[in-house]
Amino acid sequence: MEYLLQMVNISKTFGEVKSLHNVNFEVGYNEVVGLLGDNGAGKSTLVKIITGYHRPDPGGQIFWKGQPVDVMTVAKARELGIEVVYQERALADQQSLWRNIFMGRELSNRFGVLDVEGMRRETARLMQSHMGFTSKAITPDSTVKTMSGGERQGVAIVRALYFQAELIILDEPTMGLSLSETRKALDFVNGIKEASKSAIFIDHNIFHVYPVADRIVVLDRGQVKGQFFKDQITLDNLIAKLQHVAQTGRLE
Amino acid sequence: MNRVGEIEKFSAEIPSETARGKLSRFVRRYAMQIGIVLVGVLVWLLFLIGSPKTFLSFPIYAAYMSTTPFFALMALPLTLVIITGEIDLSFPSIMAFGMTVYALVLVSTGSHILAFIACMAAGLVAGLINGVIVVRIGIPSLVATIGTQFFWRGVVLVITGGNGTGLTSAIGGVLHTGLVGRLFGLIPAQMIWTIIVAILVWFFLNRHRFGAHVYLSGDNVESARLMGVNVPRVKTLVFAIMGVAAAFAGVVVSLEVLYFWPTLGEGYLLSTLSSVFLGGTSVFGGTGTVFGTLVASFIIGAINAGIVAAGLTGFWTQLIYGLIIVMSVSLQTVLSRRLR
Repeated sequence: MEYLLQMVNISKTFGEVKSLHNVNFEVGYNEVVGLLGDNGAGKSTLVKIITGYHRPDPGGQIFWKGQPVDVMTVAKARELGIEVVYQERALADQQSLWRNIFMGRELSNRFGVLDVEGMRRETARLMQSHMGFTSKAITPDSTVKTMSGGERQGVAIVRALYFQAELIILDEPTMGLSLSETRKALDFVNGIKEASKSAIFIDHNIFHVYPVADRIVVLDRGQVKGQFFKDQITLDNLIAKLQHVAQTGRLE
Repeated sequence: MNRVGEIEKFSAEIPSETARGKLSRFVRRYAMQIGIVLVGVLVWLLFLIGSPKTFLSFPIYAAYMSTTPFFALMALPLTLVIITGEIDLSFPSIMAFGMTVYALVLVSTGSHILAFIACMAAGLVAGLINGVIVVRIGIPSLVATIGTQFFWRGVVLVITGGNGTGLTSAIGGVLHTGLVGRLFGLIPAQMIWTIIVAILVWFFLNRHRFGAHVYLSGDNVESARLMGVNVPRVKTLVFAIMGVAAAFAGVVVSLEVLYFWPTLGEGYLLSTLSSVFLGGTSVFGGTGTVFGTLVASFIIGAINAGIVAAGLTGFWTQLIYGLIIVMSVSLQTVLSRRLR
């Protein structure tokens, strides 16, 4: 079976600390993978290897759409269509919505002159079709700081989708959000699925991951301790297993 | 600036829902600009009431248009530097450094045009050096540009030995007429240049990819970088532009008085900085407008004239500019916190 992203035998050592031990991890086409694990489990190390910030130890291999990727760099990852959505770092607060949507990829002619009207129009269209902003109070010219946490998360996700990201990595998208805001953020994750794209959803809250993920991968102390397809396990069962892992470091 | 509240109250009386929404959105979006225009009108009215005879005749405005450009020409590009979240305190010395190069080339070649070109190049180099120290070496711009401020002033004093250079030979030449001549015998050419520079800076800030990256670099460096904005290049460029602008302003000032003093630039630090901050540019970076800076420059120019007209000594200017800087940055911060 061919995967969108396949990582084989990935290890990462920082000095004396081995943060990942022989990890095998894959993401299928149009699949939302929940990556669960406690602090220090190795989630962020794994993500940083995917996005090219860290190189894995020799011996590991990364495949994208079945093709081996020799060296994953930040530029390479972007070129392949891997986008990370960080909660705090995604948006420029004091700028308008349209400037945020087109951040770093402004529509412009070959002299660098901006197509401001074009960007406003596209933003208005995205707001209606993908973000569900129906309120008249928010326009493409509204500044982002006036929006709620869930809405901002949505802006970042819609931006990634608009620029044809194939794989969107969400780094704790629900952290610090209220219940209704979490609901909104999760709806945007469903939007990724509907757009036929893939996502890795990193969180340590099983109640947020379970409803939107197709498959849940449990990472603990640098190792993959188990994977569960949502249609094969109930939430209660999964919680019981996770508690077992947390206490013993083993799944069975 | 609490005037904005009044305008919103006023807009509530307009019956049409959409018109009201549009107006209040307009007011909120341009709150800073509306505020600064109101402050400007207020200052002007005060002067008009205080001395109607002076302020209803043309000469006072000719004087404004002649002297305000000296620092407005630098406040406009300084707005870019401050929007990126940096600061430049070295521009007064770069004015003098540029003119030192000007004087050297003038003495050896006799050509004002060549001297001008060399001066612009010197400004560019000085600006680039600021950029490199801040961006590549990673020194906070506040410290770096205090350092280069002293360094360039020192270079000027060492080279000139503290002696000035007469520039009367420029009279009648293209450069003198083009930079500080009088259009129709009335409007100082430097005023036209200020407007040209304002339009250029506005265009690049608001309608060009470069300006978009200026805002993003100052607002959230991390996200700008993650989204592929070349933050080091943007910041280096704004410092370079600032250097060229400072050298240009140095030429304008020197040609206007037909003499290059090695102390050139001293006294422009406060008026330039206060123009930018009074104009609504955030000291934390990320926001600011060219329009605000331009209007604020003329308010600062007017206050300068007002201090003299009110019979206060020049000693008062520092006190008042210092007050303006502290008050405008504090007010902005408090207001933006409340709007949040």
